[in-house]
Amino acid sequence: MATFKDFRNDVKPNWCPGCGDFSVQAAIQRAAANLGLEPHELAVISGIGCSGRISGYIHSYGFHGTHGRVLPLAQGVKMANRDLTVIAAGGDGDGFAIGMGHTVHAIRRNIDITYIVMDNQIYGLTKGQTSPRSAAGFQTKSTPHGSIEPALSPLEIALSAGATFVAQGFSSDLKELTSLIEEGVKHKGFALINVFSPCVTYNKVNTYEWFKERLIKVSDIEGYDPSDREMAMQTVMKYDGLVTGIIYQNKEQKSYQELVPGYSEAPLAEAELKMSKEKFAELVAEFM
Amino acid sequence: MIEQLSWKVGGQQGEGIESTGEIFSTALNRLGYYLYGYRHFSSRIKGGHTNNKIRVSTKPVRAVADDLDILVAFDQETIDFNFHELRDGGIVIADAKFNPVIPEGKGVALYAVPFTDIATQLGNPLMKNMVAIGATSAVLDLDAAVFESVVVDTFGRKGAQVVEKNMEAIRAGAQYMKEQLDGSTKTMKLAKADGKRRMFMIGNDAIALGAIAGGARFMAAYPITPASEIMEYLIKKLPDFGGAVIQTEDEIAACTMAIGANYAGVRAFTASAGPGLSLMAEAIGLAGMTETPLVVVDTQRGGPSTGLPTKQEQSDLLAMIYGTHGEIPKIVMAPSTVEEAFYDMAEAFNLAEEYQCPVIFLSDLQLSLGKQTVEPLDYDRIEIRRGKLMNGELPPLPDKDNFKRYEVTPDGVSPRVLPGTKYGIHHVTGVEHAETGRPSETAANRRAQMEKRMRKLEHIHFPTPVHKQLRHEEPDLLLVGFLSTRGAIEEAMERLEQDGVKVNHAHIRLLHPFPVDDVRPLVEKAKRVVVVEQNATGQLANLLKMNVGHADKIASVLKFDGNPFLPGDVYTKCKELLAQWPPLKISAMM
Ligand SMILES: Cc1ncc(C[n+]2csc(CCOP(=O)(O)OP(=O)(O)O)c2C)c(N)n1
Ligand code: SF4
Ligand SMILES: [Mg+2]
Repeated sequence: MATFKDFRNDVKPNWCPGCGDFSVQAAIQRAAANLGLEPHELAVISGIGCSGRISGYIHSYGFHGTHGRVLPLAQGVKMANRDLTVIAAGGDGDGFAIGMGHTVHAIRRNIDITYIVMDNQIYGLTKGQTSPRSAAGFQTKSTPHGSIEPALSPLEIALSAGATFVAQGFSSDLKELTSLIEEGVKHKGFALINVFSPCVTYNKVNTYEWFKERLIKVSDIEGYDPSDREMAMQTVMKYDGLVTGIIYQNKEQKSYQELVPGYSEAPLAEAELKMSKEKFAELVAEFM
Repeated sequence: MIEQLSWKVGGQQGEGIESTGEIFSTALNRLGYYLYGYRHFSSRIKGGHTNNKIRVSTKPVRAVADDLDILVAFDQETIDFNFHELRDGGIVIADAKFNPVIPEGKGVALYAVPFTDIATQLGNPLMKNMVAIGATSAVLDLDAAVFESVVVDTFGRKGAQVVEKNMEAIRAGAQYMKEQLDGSTKTMKLAKADGKRRMFMIGNDAIALGAIAGGARFMAAYPITPASEIMEYLIKKLPDFGGAVIQTEDEIAACTMAIGANYAGVRAFTASAGPGLSLMAEAIGLAGMTETPLVVVDTQRGGPSTGLPTKQEQSDLLAMIYGTHGEIPKIVMAPSTVEEAFYDMAEAFNLAEEYQCPVIFLSDLQLSLGKQTVEPLDYDRIEIRRGKLMNGELPPLPDKDNFKRYEVTPDGVSPRVLPGTKYGIHHVTGVEHAETGRPSETAANRRAQMEKRMRKLEHIHFPTPVHKQLRHEEPDLLLVGFLSTRGAIEEAMERLEQDGVKVNHAHIRLLHPFPVDDVRPLVEKAKRVVVVEQNATGQLANLLKMNVGHADKIASVLKFDGNPFLPGDVYTKCKELLAQWPPLKISAMM
């Protein structure tokens, strides 16, 4: 059986020392091993950003696509081969700015993939501009007088878009993050995992310390029930989104694949491509 | 006896004009006539003038007729809008309800038939369409019974009584008209057709059927005119093949999803029109850079922006060839008939996998939506070829080495493995990469990979890159076109020949890479070249000049008013150009 080391390759990440994304990489590798996957059974699909490089740092199948389009790419992969474990990953700009349209619709669609957002509240790769996750007043190169727009709340958006799995982790808590990814992969449907993954180079506000002082685990909230959507929404609002753990999970809802009429039980990639002569004659006759 | 008939029905959109044309033409198709229909419609559901012009012939037809023998009008606007098309001796059959009038001074007869009143008396004013069909059948001296099988197919599920009522309406219309004609010479009896049952379909049907026959099992798309029928057909049929269609949130998602599915081994595609293709530009570049097979259909319509969304145009050509940043290998193909649309669409998936690159399948509104009789499609011509796709077990790789997915090979095409394959692990990225797929920015690697990618299409094997009709060794004129203009060009060619002009015709089916070796000799041998295309800037003409030179003898006939080329347009403009050659202005606009 594969161990997390089997999911390592010899590529040296070009992330800055201390970048939160290292932990996300490690958590994916550990979760994959814990789930009993072999490297070739996993496809990591990633967007563009510092975070997007992650697919190149894991020994598995990987596709590093275009900025903001990680979810369409990953959903296409899953539709083609439902036996593959598909993990999509990208930055907060990737998923909540340029790719926000896809994020909301992937949530609604509920195809069985896991989406990890490395949320550093900034654009890392382009060297420090504001992101939709930057708080109002946040000063960056593109907002020298402080961001005028308020930060959006991905958890609230996900909950209202009909998400069936919403979780949030923190790069400093590798154990929790690993288990969230495992649960996300096991979840039958679309799993959103937002991860506070600090950018040590361009974000001097939302640092490891900053999060440590503020984050609380939903499991520490008395009576917290992740199957209660209303409670999830209220809790996220109450703590201004600074909670970790499985925020919400709907185990009843069927995934998209289970609901598509006629959709092949076997990976579609293995489907017979040649149409039978009889079927062809039948289709042709409909036009006569 | 006539060999050919041009018939048009018009009225307000949403009034059943479409079904009138549909029932009339389907019945005639079943008698063995060749049909060619073109709908004039606008971007609204109810209201606004719409018409359906249908050509009926004992021989194959591929163009909208220049004139009109019969105009069936449900309102005065239809007469006002279309009267000029009627030939001398033509007739107008109009609903008596609106007291139709026709302009004077043309040898056209008007018959006011109480379509609505007769239908109302029979119990449903909506059946006025059937009365109109009946009236037409009397003029053509066709027995009302020829419509029965179509009426059964159309209304059968509503019960035998509804079928009978509709047949009654047809008979009543025929009876009324017969009395009006009263043995006068106005009947237009059609010569008998061969009675063969042929397919009757729009180009989009052929594209959709071709996709499934070519092995497409996944489609992602966003609705748009004139492409939506392709998606709708696949939504209906793919479940029979285990496949699926996703209506995405936009065309960026559609194209990118198709790329993801192709990467993972399914033949997947998307279809849209200009606005959607503009959004897909970046994704198409990703497919080119990552060498992922991809098929994208562009059913061109009037641009730019929202342009003329329900009208004919061919103005995306150069955007489809060049419309991605950077340089990628790409195939741009354009069938010239509905039959070719079927075969070529199936073939597009082979090409995409063999050359591991995006294939843009061009159509235009006239080809996509024009409904016509189609010669039998040959099942045995469909092949599935998957190029260098590896299947079966792979040998183990040395410790954690990547599979060389981007191996530099003599033909530029590298072996391809699908995710899920043991010992096939590799990385895919839109960043410049080395043979293993890992990012690499060294100059040497850049050259090697760029050359490898561009080399793939150097020797592309494309079955018929140019449809040629070469009658003369050294013609006075070579007519060049692509897509749906083929019919109009062919008919214009006949008329020019009758005038003594020696004409050859080349219809380009592979636009990129341009089939220089096929086209250059045709241009060299011709005294003059006229490129006929539906855009304002002569995109195909410019492509021709760029690839084969001879700019001094290439002129254009352009039409960009939203309407298809009529054979007469091409004929007249060619005559004008020939009369003042070398042309002062190198374009003759319609
Ligand atoms: C279409 C497009 N626009 C802009 C860019 C430039 N760009 C690359 S990454 C990025 C933002 C990165 O921010 P984020 O997604 O938060 O990722 P991070 O680097 O913070 O991990 C931008 C704007 C691009 N690659 N593509
Ligand atoms: S710039 Fe920020 S996000 Fe990018 S690698 Fe460095 S620390 Fe990480
Ligand atoms: Mg970021």
